[in-house]
Amino acid sequence: MRGGKSAKWVVGAIVVALSATACGGGSKDDDSSNSASKEKGKPAGYISMDNGEPQKPLIPADTNESVGSNVIRSLFTQLLTFDKDGGIVYTNAESVTSKDSKTWTVKLKSGWKFHDGTPVTAESYVKAWNWYSNVDNKMQNSFWFSDIAGYSDVHPEKGAAKTETMKGLKVVDDTTFTIELTGPVPYFEYKLGYQTFAPLPEAFYKDPKAFGQSPIGNGPYIFEKWDHKKLIQVKANPDYQGPNKAKNKGILFKNYATIEAAYQDLLSGNLDLVKQVGPQDLPKYKSDLGDRVIDEAWAGLQFLTPVFYSKTFKGVDPKVVQGLSMAIDRKTITDKVLNGTRKPATSFTPPGVAGHQELDTDVFTFDPAKAKKLVADNGGIPGNKMWIQYNADGGHKEWVTAVCESIRNSTGVDCVPDAKPDFQTDLEARDAKQVKSAYRGGWVADYPVNVNFMKELFATGAEANTGFFSDKEVDAAFKKGDNAESLDASVKGYQEAEKLLLEKMPSIPLWEYKTNGGYSKSVDNVAIDFHGDYVLTDVTVK
Amino acid sequence: MGRYVARRLLQMIPVFIGSTLLVFSMMYALPGDPVRALAGEQAVDPAQIAAMKKDLGLDLPLWHQYWNYLTGLLQGDFGTQIASGQPVADIIADAFPITARLTIFAFAFTVVVGISMGVFAGLKADSLRDRALLILTLLLISVPSFVLAFLGRYLFAFELGWVAPNVSGDPSWDELILPAVVLGSLSLAYVARLTRTSVAENLRSDYMRTAVAKGLPRRRIIGVHLLRNSMIPVVTFLGTDLGALMGGAVVTEGIFNVKGVGWSVFGALKQREGATVVGIVTLIVVVYLVASLLVDLLYAVLDPRIRYA
Repeated sequence: MRGGKSAKWVVGAIVVALSATACGGGSKDDDSSNSASKEKGKPAGYISMDNGEPQKPLIPADTNESVGSNVIRSLFTQLLTFDKDGGIVYTNAESVTSKDSKTWTVKLKSGWKFHDGTPVTAESYVKAWNWYSNVDNKMQNSFWFSDIAGYSDVHPEKGAAKTETMKGLKVVDDTTFTIELTGPVPYFEYKLGYQTFAPLPEAFYKDPKAFGQSPIGNGPYIFEKWDHKKLIQVKANPDYQGPNKAKNKGILFKNYATIEAAYQDLLSGNLDLVKQVGPQDLPKYKSDLGDRVIDEAWAGLQFLTPVFYSKTFKGVDPKVVQGLSMAIDRKTITDKVLNGTRKPATSFTPPGVAGHQELDTDVFTFDPAKAKKLVADNGGIPGNKMWIQYNADGGHKEWVTAVCESIRNSTGVDCVPDAKPDFQTDLEARDAKQVKSAYRGGWVADYPVNVNFMKELFATGAEANTGFFSDKEVDAAFKKGDNAESLDASVKGYQEAEKLLLEKMPSIPLWEYKTNGGYSKSVDNVAIDFHGDYVLTDVTVK
Repeated sequence: MGRYVARRLLQMIPVFIGSTLLVFSMMYALPGDPVRALAGEQAVDPAQIAAMKKDLGLDLPLWHQYWNYLTGLLQGDFGTQIASGQPVADIIADAFPITARLTIFAFAFTVVVGISMGVFAGLKADSLRDRALLILTLLLISVPSFVLAFLGRYLFAFELGWVAPNVSGDPSWDELILPAVVLGSLSLAYVARLTRTSVAENLRSDYMRTAVAKGLPRRRIIGVHLLRNSMIPVVTFLGTDLGALMGGAVVTEGIFNVKGVGWSVFGALKQREGATVVGIVTLIVVVYLVASLLVDLLYAVLDPRIRYA
């Protein structure tokens, strides 16, 4: 009986396969009976948040997206950090001083240690910065060190590094080092708060790759484990001496497939913090969560940026762009289309950055009649048609359509949304100068000074200036701000430049970002910082 | 039969190469540069990007990249993810067991419940219970799986509180029941209908009459004579369905937060992680190939007239 024999064989195979997989990952009972929340696998006193999977290994200078940054900021402490209003708070530094904004002296607090017990010294900073900026190490954020004298030796525009060290960095003693810049940068101190400027222990240089998987920092939390695509666990550092010592026992950075799934877990008590509530839950999240809702603006702006090489905007009169700005009904769109998740912009800088000012202008006010007149009287738009490029994978379609509708109705200019399938394709078109008329831009503060929203975006040849705006007066105004004697003077200089931008209109600010999140019943003291991220060290467990 | 199996296994090689080449070139053709995208809206250093691409071999022509990939694969190297620097093999090893478990649950559910329902209804065609089954399965076919998923979660997680709304990162078997039922319910409807029709038809056939006339016990008539012959179309469907369950679980996995293959391949596709997509798709292709081989072998078991030399 041939059939009978093979039947047994097939059934046998299925049974083996079933038992191998079904029983493989069975029981695990490390649950936390003494924790207030019923969350599975969470040690007592820990908090959990929806964070996603970091794109890259956890090396401070190789991460610029927020998911990885959240973890890195918990593990590493830089020289200084910022309070809610963008003010400087010294963490690892005792002081950062400069007489001429060109040569800076950093004094470290003594007695700090990395999580492996080795001391944090001036050398830990200098050596790390040299390594980060070296072109051969291909760090994403290496350009952050480009202000330092000697950067072009370790990171030449072409080819390999000429030397290992930048001549601008000098170790004076164990707790002191100096930074010499190529020119005065009054707001340089602010940049030092970016996570990229974190120090590294000696252990890093032995095996950077392994370090990226289990980093050793000097921060308020100690790395525990990284279960890829599932969670990252860190525990509070009991010996931490900085002002931002953890008030909870640790954090679980969890990864959910969708923000909706995370929200469901928040509701059922399986998750403590959700950074952003999805569109489908936004209409009801306030009634679901009551006073456990976070609804606050932070230092990020959405722009509608014309590209100045395009047929539409080549040699355009700035008044036309002003007209387009006035044609957009920001209030209705933020309320209705964006469900109140954004706040209409009133200037080129968001609140929460030093130097944010209210511009005395009606350019950001919806006024269809004036908008139409401004566009028509100043040469209009070639072909009376424009496109707005956006990435279809980021939830922008609805508001871009609404903005276009608003422009069309107010000015009669035909406006067409131009979708790119995803962010990669969108960026590629921007780099390749293939944007048809304008694109959706977004900018989040790297350091809370108004400079960050102008120089990086609108200076001629600036790396993030993908609208290719170029204006001599604006460049001169920026330079004046950069050459100012003090930080205050520099911020004021940029405030003047901002007024000039209003006349030149390199871009149309649309709205400020808001964090629309919430937290569970088992945690307290939840607040956001200027990035819109939770201040995790302050969160307490009930 | 041994020779037949050997021949089929050999045939898998060109199919395997063809499908990987196809997926590989599709990933290559997609616009969007994964290395450039790492920088986002921040500044980019073109020299650095070029250097990274060179390291990853992404600057080579397509055929060369494919050749490198294939030779790597032969040495057991699935490649490395661009952003995270993690070996693709690790990612697959994380995701596959979960999806395999989910698929096997869904498959077992489909087979056991679907076939029983089909036999139950088919034995008394056009009766009330037959009509009830037809209506129920019609409902299952027409309701999209995400609707079922949401309904199921609302009912069992929020109203009754029997299960957690999401599957955790390292799921125990009971967490997967609800997603598996949702995932399997569409196939369940097809299997039930196929079985029902097949059973109803075969009831009228000559050999059934002979079996009854021989005075065989009812259990044997239905269990061996009727079912064995009625299973051929069902098995064909189930074979291809196994692969479809595995690849098509994106929606279900997304809703229930299952960190499986569907979710991984979706994420990788969004980030243009070519090696990951090709690796996972290749494995799904292998599952398909093996499943269809099993189906063909089962034919011989079910119907002795079918012989493979």
